[in-house]
Amino acid sequence: MPLLDVRDLRVEFPTRHGVLTALHDVSFSVDKGERLGIVGESGAGKSVAAFAILNLLSRPGRITGGRILFEDRDLATLSRADMRAIRGDRISMIFQDPMMTLNPVLTIGTQMVETLKAHRDISDAEARRIAIQRLGEVKIPSPEKRMASYPHELSGGMRQRVVIAIALLTEPALIIADEPTTALDVTIQAEIMSLMLDLCRTHGVGLILITHDLAVVSQVTQRVVVLYAGRVVESGQTARVVQNPVHPYTRGLLSALPGEGEPGARLNQIRGSMPPLTAIPPGCAFHPRCDYAEERCRVGVPPLDVIEDHNVRCTRARELIRGVAA
Amino acid sequence: MSGHTQTAAAPAASGTTAPAAVADRPLVEVDGLIKHFDLGGHFLQRERPTVKAINDVSLGIRRGEAFCLVGESGCGKSTLARIVMGLLDPTGGAIRFDGTRIDGLKHTARKPFHRRMQMIFQNPYASLNPRRTVQKTLEEPLRFHFPNLSDADVKTKVEQVMVSVGNDPSWGTRYPHEFSGGQRQRISIARALMVDPDFVVADEPISALDVSIQAQVLNVMMDTQEARDLTYLFITHDLSVVRHFGTRVGVMYLGTLCELADTATLFENPRHPYTRILLSAIPRISTEEMKPPGLPGEVPSAMNLPSGCVFHDRCPLANARCSAEVPRAQCQADGTLVACHAVEEGRG
Amino acid sequence: MSRLSAVLGSDFVYRFRRDPIAIVAFAVTAAFMLAALLAPVLSPMNPHDPAQLDIMNSEIPPVWQSGGDPAFLLGTDDQGRDMLSAILYGLRISITIGIFAVMVQMALGIVIGLMSGYLGGKVDAFFMRLADIQLAMSTLMLAIVALAVFKAAFGAELFSDMAIIMLVLVIGIAEWPQYARTIRASVLAERKKEYVDAARVIGLSAPTIMRRHILPNTLSPLLVISTVQVANAIISEAALSFLGLGMPVTMPSLGSLISAGFAYIFSGSWWITTIPSIVLIVLILSINLLGDWLRDVLNPRLYKG
Repeated sequence: MPLLDVRDLRVEFPTRHGVLTALHDVSFSVDKGERLGIVGESGAGKSVAAFAILNLLSRPGRITGGRILFEDRDLATLSRADMRAIRGDRISMIFQDPMMTLNPVLTIGTQMVETLKAHRDISDAEARRIAIQRLGEVKIPSPEKRMASYPHELSGGMRQRVVIAIALLTEPALIIADEPTTALDVTIQAEIMSLMLDLCRTHGVGLILITHDLAVVSQVTQRVVVLYAGRVVESGQTARVVQNPVHPYTRGLLSALPGEGEPGARLNQIRGSMPPLTAIPPGCAFHPRCDYAEERCRVGVPPLDVIEDHNVRCTRARELIRGVAA
Repeated sequence: MSGHTQTAAAPAASGTTAPAAVADRPLVEVDGLIKHFDLGGHFLQRERPTVKAINDVSLGIRRGEAFCLVGESGCGKSTLARIVMGLLDPTGGAIRFDGTRIDGLKHTARKPFHRRMQMIFQNPYASLNPRRTVQKTLEEPLRFHFPNLSDADVKTKVEQVMVSVGNDPSWGTRYPHEFSGGQRQRISIARALMVDPDFVVADEPISALDVSIQAQVLNVMMDTQEARDLTYLFITHDLSVVRHFGTRVGVMYLGTLCELADTATLFENPRHPYTRILLSAIPRISTEEMKPPGLPGEVPSAMNLPSGCVFHDRCPLANARCSAEVPRAQCQADGTLVACHAVEEGRG
Repeated sequence: MSRLSAVLGSDFVYRFRRDPIAIVAFAVTAAFMLAALLAPVLSPMNPHDPAQLDIMNSEIPPVWQSGGDPAFLLGTDDQGRDMLSAILYGLRISITIGIFAVMVQMALGIVIGLMSGYLGGKVDAFFMRLADIQLAMSTLMLAIVALAVFKAAFGAELFSDMAIIMLVLVIGIAEWPQYARTIRASVLAERKKEYVDAARVIGLSAPTIMRRHILPNTLSPLLVISTVQVANAIISEAALSFLGLGMPVTMPSLGSLISAGFAYIFSGSWWITTIPSIVLIVLILSINLLGDWLRDVLNPRLYKG
């Protein structure tokens, strides 16, 4: 029984151009203490998935199908009040911008104590003790002193650490992190990602890491889901997916990374760009950019097949694996 | 780091270079560059707060190379690029282009250099004027620098450049918002190439783009370099891009140049402790778990620089000398310049 | 991005059609503008021509009142002038003064705002302090002083002849800081964008960059503030005319009509002052509502969502 089981999730945004489907039958699961990566380009639907789990979709977006099972409850059908009790307690969220979480006019300490007391029936002193302990765990120097600081007195990296400390306050079962280090420098990114990795392991917390960066995913997560235009195109064990990608999109993304090829050589680019939700082509959404596309790719959406040890949504997946596709 | 000790990078600075070296002279020379931003403060403050963004940086960019400048945010790499392009005035030091000093030139005197030096910007959503058609945007530099061209010639030239960067010439009548980030960035590149520059500064040109698009733009930049014999100054925080794209690379930290080396040398044999840490922190496709890079603390404020070597309080190899004395760039056997006492003394 | 061509342009229309307040405000404003434009055609008589006035027709109430005369739909004033004609012509004068005064404001504001925002430094400090000083005094106060001095110096007759031009200039000059500040703020926001750097890299001169690149991108806020400013200018004109420093009674604007009729409000001839007042209020309200709607729609931050 996984900790979180998302089945056939469908999210739609009714607009005046018609109903836009941001997520098409997306399924993934996270086991207790497991780290899952959701990878995709901007607009692929990765953040929508996170917001849907937490019931934080911005209007007019809504879940129109599927289930989000978390600890025996379907989050898609929960009332707002029940959802609020889970959000920030059993499931925490970390955003790219720490100021989404932090209130600029309150001290770090006040925010942490208030967050904790909103979910636990404990004394101020006890809440303070836990808050200081968490700040220490995220390696903030002199945590007692930092409790009195305001967010603007901290650097970007420090703020993100505070946000992680807040996310851990209630000992959640799952943390959803949406591009947590994208705005940070590489050295700070490495510090913070390795810190999150450690903390998830020591606390037994599940992690959903949403990012566009396959390299970070490969070094942090155990399983990965690749989204393209609102659909899962490939998923499986991270090591298997990054070492033996099958879907032409995943292959393209990996071989387009400048760090991997011969210096100075042309990079293997994927032509074109991901279509906006208003203009998703029929058939496989990737076919106009795909080097392997055939006539049948243009008609039906291929199913997500289990091939070898991972799931791939590609009509020609088996040929690609055998290396016979031209 | 002093400009004068760094003769390998800026030979013309002292005027002692032999005439034979003229052909080898770097296309762009940055000599002892200093840039301080005055934050104003109020009139009662005795010492006005100053951000010391660039502190005595010297480097030379050779003809036909792709010189990369890397570093983390606030290291001064973009400021340096903007000073080279004349978008900011230096506080001290000199910029030379093809032997002519160009910093502080009057507007009209600078005009020929505007033609020869162009720039590509980071944000493809802000670098094109939203109210002008692509055609107008592309024609502007051409009509400004070549006012005698006929309309037909201008049109032909725009088409030719658009095609050369992989754009459809029929895009001309459309507005920037109708294009994706990658397409806009290629339009920006086309604009920079309209006047056939010798030198192009690219300030983080791919960092705002999606992964699958980054490769497209990098390829266009590499193709044009080959076709036009361009010299690039490429500003980036992404070392994987440097490894792929750069011929030489300068690593900056807090307004100083730590290390300057051939790209291959730098990746094989990083010398400066900061370069080593930076290299170890690049995320790469790997099944190994991410490890902390071992860089304690945070980048100090550029308003209050550490004494001696600006990196000393975070450096694993620092000793008393590092906190007292500013290290000078030392030329290594393979031509690499390193500004580090520890490397000089063979510590660590 | 604030660019509003094809796609956003249709968005503009779409949002307009879904907003009943905007539609009504637009319809009323347009109707008033049209009425002002067509005043000579629509009016039963020319209120500016003393020959057409008949004192015997004075103070006839509107038709729906007892004693009303169908020839004078909205009644007549103390001189026997048809109120409908007087209001239509008054509207024409008020709107003309409003629009021209705003054009003066805009011209001054754009030049000063662009220079302040783009050049910065001492130029900016000088103009913005000047703006602060001017804003510290009310528009009306400045206008009253200027107009009263003019009237005293050159006599009431010349003042009557020159009234329109004087009002346009005085209201125009008195309110330039609004425009200058708005333009300056947009210029400061726009000049940080990379397309301005790109223009500088090309080598274009500062005036060219301001004119060709920055100014067109400050037009959205300009449009919003212009609607509000036209309304303000019309109010200022009405206030000055009410105080006797505006349009003469022989060529009344809405303000002078209200002023002229004010004396009769207690003698029972309420319509002489009330009807032009209602027209003025409805006109100002519609313009302001339209301005509010424009501000909401043109706000680029709302657009992104």
